[in-house]
Amino acid sequence: MSTLHTVNKSPFDRPSLQTCLRLAGKDHAVLLFEDGVYGALQGSTVADTVKKALDTVSIYVLGADLKARGLSEDKLIDGIKIVDYKGFVELTVENDKVNAWL
Amino acid sequence: MKFGIQVNEGPYTHEASVSALNFVKAALDAGHEIFRVFFYHDGVNNGTRLTTPPQDDINIVQSWSELAEKHNIDLVVCVAAAQRRGIVDEGEQERNGKDANNIAPGFRISGLGQLIEAGIQCDRLVVFGD
Amino acid sequence: MSDVKKFMYVNRKAPYGTIYAWEALEVVLIGAAFEQDVSLAFVDDGVFQLVKGQDTTELGIKNFSPTYSALGDYDVNKIYVEKESLDARGLTIDDLMPLTYEDEDDDWAEKDSIRVVTAAEMAEILEQQDVVLSF
Repeated sequence: MSTLHTVNKSPFDRPSLQTCLRLAGKDHAVLLFEDGVYGALQGSTVADTVKKALDTVSIYVLGADLKARGLSEDKLIDGIKIVDYKGFVELTVENDKVNAWL
Repeated sequence: MKFGIQVNEGPYTHEASVSALNFVKAALDAGHEIFRVFFYHDGVNNGTRLTTPPQDDINIVQSWSELAEKHNIDLVVCVAAAQRRGIVDEGEQERNGKDANNIAPGFRISGLGQLIEAGIQCDRLVVFGD
Repeated sequence: MSDVKKFMYVNRKAPYGTIYAWEALEVVLIGAAFEQDVSLAFVDDGVFQLVKGQDTTELGIKNFSPTYSALGDYDVNKIYVEKESLDARGLTIDDLMPLTYEDEDDDWAEKDSIRVVTAAEMAEILEQQDVVLSF
């Protein structure tokens, strides 16, 4: 069953993103929101892990949370897509369940 | 599609409640049904009408109450978590001999079974927390 | 969809530092009455919830760890612990409380509820679930 994984923690605070990527299945979707958006940044110590994960999962980031934190699209790792809340809802519909990595 | 929502954090320390509000609004806009929002852990603090945030800040409790009224959404505060944290409705006030209650309009206090039922009844359960 | 859903409780937080572990366990106990197909996963700091020898006397707060031993009586007997999370914390299954249940399909033989699984196996178990409750 396809799953939407949500990650709302900075990867520099706790390993929610790392654990999510370790346990996510092939072709699953991952949405980074709240402080989870920091996991989408280029050049960080987790960027390589995230880039590698893009081979097997789709990664999205919530635009509203990016904007609130002063992060622009050009700071993101290539291949990560920005969605709005409408897109967040659509992701939960397209996948069979939602797994929140708090 | 029928959604169940779980909110695990209070209205101001953590973004979870605002995220849940925004998600619920977007889901309603897209024509989905919100079967229930279940408030657990410190999330029960979303259910007190006694909050008075500054005028230039969002009133999260009121936002939930208004959304519930407008769209007839079932806002359920977990009784066990609420008792620990002092969220009280009239029934709980009477049962536990308290001198006041503070439940906000549109919220009701009920058991954890309401969360499990949401998991069973809904097509999707979405958890917002810390 | 059948009447019975597969419910997975994912526990990723250590006990006592925050209340999440204890209140998660309260959900599991209530949820057990709904006769769904229940599993528990312990990942990341969640594995610390199962460490044996917990004693909160000096803290003066409730020691809820004995409750895990009662899960078998509630027909909650699929308890998956991720090996990678144990390894990362220098723990082995010997550091965990022995949790058991009586198998009614096998003449009530006492069996272990805890299964240590690899990340790949845990991913497969998560894949099969209908509802995931995260704590």
